[in-house]
Amino acid sequence: MLLGVVKGTAVCTIKYPGTEGLKFLVVQPVNKKLESVGLLQIAVDTVDAGYGDLCVMVRSREASLALHEPKAVPLDLALVGVVDQYQIRPNSEFNLVMKRGSNSYT
Amino acid sequence: MGTVVTTIGHPHYKSRRLLVVQPLALEGDAAEDDDFIALDNTQAGIGDTVLVLREGTGARQVLQNPQGCVISVIVGIVDTVNLETT
Repeated sequence: MLLGVVKGTAVCTIKYPGTEGLKFLVVQPVNKKLESVGLLQIAVDTVDAGYGDLCVMVRSREASLALHEPKAVPLDLALVGVVDQYQIRPNSEFNLVMKRGSNSYT
Repeated sequence: MGTVVTTIGHPHYKSRRLLVVQPLALEGDAAEDDDFIALDNTQAGIGDTVLVLREGTGARQVLQNPQGCVISVIVGIVDTVNLETT
């Protein structure tokens, strides 16, 4: 699962049967530092996210499972949460490299 | 590394914490930009080194929710990792 920022909406009158009534939003995937990663993508909205919202997204088959009545429709990205609080600690506080030999973490 | 709080969220995610997870790198490898969000299943906190399951079917079994729209689940807290020095 990953973070994404809603950048706009995509309205499709003609689309795959079974996806009627689903709201498609244009999202920009972002990393933990909220920097854009990769290209804009289209995600189905299940949590009524609006423009500029930071959201939690889920990819692949789970995107179609996130629908209110899951059905077999070709979806590969869905918004599953609107972020209200986001707290991240800087990399410097963590030991992110595994050395040869024993690494103890507790 | 961080926590994500979503009041408006999918019902499968309620009453569980979402944590930002950064995969560990091997010595000498360049650090990659591959962090992701995982659902906490073991009361892990910031600074814990955890074991994460990143596959939908397994995640659904862990959460006992056959329709769960979850991919990454934290399934363990790591005490030590031993890497052979070959």
